[in-house]
Amino acid sequence: MAYAARHDGLPAIRPPLMKRIADASAPYLYSAPALILIVTVMLVPLVLGVSYAFRDIQLLNPFSGAFIGLDHFRALSQDQAFFRSLRNTLWWTGASVLLQFAFGLILALLLDKPFRGRAIAQALVFLPWAVPSFLAGLNWAWLFNPVVGPLPHWFYAIGLMSQPANILSDPQLAMWGPIVANIWWGIPFFAITLLAALQAIPRDLYEAASIDGAGAFQRFLSITLPFLAPTIAITILLRTVWISNFADLIIVMTNGGPADRTQIVASYIFTQAFKRLDFGYASAIALVLLALLLAYSLLIVILRQWLLSKD
Amino acid sequence: MRAKAAFLTVAHRLAILAYIAFALFPLFWLLKVAVTPNDLLYSEGIRLWPSRASLEHFDFVLRHSAFPVFFRNSLIVSGSTAIVVTILASLSGYALSRFRFRGKYWLVTLMLLTQMFPLVMLVAPIFKILSPLGLTNSLTGLVIVYTAFNVPFATFLMQSFFDGIPKDLEEAAMIDGATQFVAFRQIILPLTLPGIAATLGFVFTAAWSELLFSLMLISGNEQATFPVGLLSFVSKFSVDFGQMMAAGVLALIPACLFFLLIQRYLVQGLTAGAVKG
Repeated sequence: MAYAARHDGLPAIRPPLMKRIADASAPYLYSAPALILIVTVMLVPLVLGVSYAFRDIQLLNPFSGAFIGLDHFRALSQDQAFFRSLRNTLWWTGASVLLQFAFGLILALLLDKPFRGRAIAQALVFLPWAVPSFLAGLNWAWLFNPVVGPLPHWFYAIGLMSQPANILSDPQLAMWGPIVANIWWGIPFFAITLLAALQAIPRDLYEAASIDGAGAFQRFLSITLPFLAPTIAITILLRTVWISNFADLIIVMTNGGPADRTQIVASYIFTQAFKRLDFGYASAIALVLLALLLAYSLLIVILRQWLLSKD
Repeated sequence: MRAKAAFLTVAHRLAILAYIAFALFPLFWLLKVAVTPNDLLYSEGIRLWPSRASLEHFDFVLRHSAFPVFFRNSLIVSGSTAIVVTILASLSGYALSRFRFRGKYWLVTLMLLTQMFPLVMLVAPIFKILSPLGLTNSLTGLVIVYTAFNVPFATFLMQSFFDGIPKDLEEAAMIDGATQFVAFRQIILPLTLPGIAATLGFVFTAAWSELLFSLMLISGNEQATFPVGLLSFVSKFSVDFGQMMAAGVLALIPACLFFLLIQRYLVQGLTAGAVKG
């Protein structure tokens, strides 16, 4: 704000000093409470966690706490369970994101068409989104349980299984349990985001295209997809990061078992901290996970720049 | 041509029905086992509805288990978190929406970053920080942690609602002599009531669903929230499926209530946000 002399020749009106200080500090006062909380509850622990990665911190051992340099990372490079959890994270994240996206996109396209009862249909298919994640996990664990759940019996009836068994205790198949639960839970998120993007596409584009004789599939390829592309890209990027950290379903459904076959890095960190109370080692794994996620995000950003500059 | 159109319509409706069935079936099964009396649970196998339904499991859970305590604890934690977050986020969202100031870029970046990094990283350090303060095994500790986790998203949400209100309104009030804070409180806040309701709802549901931190920070039954109580119930008495599912149905109630209130605005609100970019 400039308090220069006014054009009508009257002397400039300068607000009193106190008023100017109050004006200048207003935005800081408004955002201070939120900022202070974020710094003390998220940033400080984050820095502390990074320092734990280089220290021997075990909750039940009062003599721990010494600085041990890179020992945790040396142990980590020998830790077969960690490398298995890394592979499992890739499988868990890839399968969950791709299937959530595919089913979410189909659902969004189905709901984009007006039809009678659309509001109620939309409310019903989006309902899983409101179910707390721990309950979604338990619910699907029960569905896969041959004692109370129908799924093993159905799989048996159509010949997929030689007897009604729980896939969550089968090392080969166990990962599918949390993945299916995750798809069920995550379809609404993709559908909501994509539906919002679909509804922002100007309708006259479609009319013009069909006057020009473009078929439905052609319209999808030349209008819908290009319009959706930015939303798809950002949603998949954010969702990938989020799902690779999302341990709730796995902790509830399998707790990483059987034989660590469903252990992902995030659930491995939690197990180290929660069960073994080894905060130092847990923080070292967390630091590696953070580095990997940063590398992934950076790669995506660079890839995007490269694609944009090519055009 | 007409036959093809009719075929497409039928296929479209069938696909929608398939999605609805997939979305609702697990919840239907939860309810079905919850109302099945124990003697019928194993003898009738996978029938879609028991030949005799009863509310005995709900009765047991409500009167003879600790679930009412868990339910109350979760209600206290989620309710307080929602209220505190909404107050903080209205203030910071207003700052982001109406002011240009030094450090704004960094504030936004910091808030965006908190949405990206793995919160599981913080489990151990937060426990170490809260423990000497007596805030582990305490509902207050949970409220503080959840509030911090939810403030960034809620700030962006509130900012988008403030952005939708014309600036002239508070400028007019300020010309009439009101300070900006009075204008904010008496003119802008009442206009954003739908946004405040949405923020309250989002944060409440997020806090109601949180699992890892409440597992880590809470140990006794007294302070257990619903997820912790349900999980410890499952690992201790994993035989009584009827009671567990009755408890599960109860945990679903607040989330579904909120969802029914909010779902109408869900796509609209996101569309408005998307247009702005």
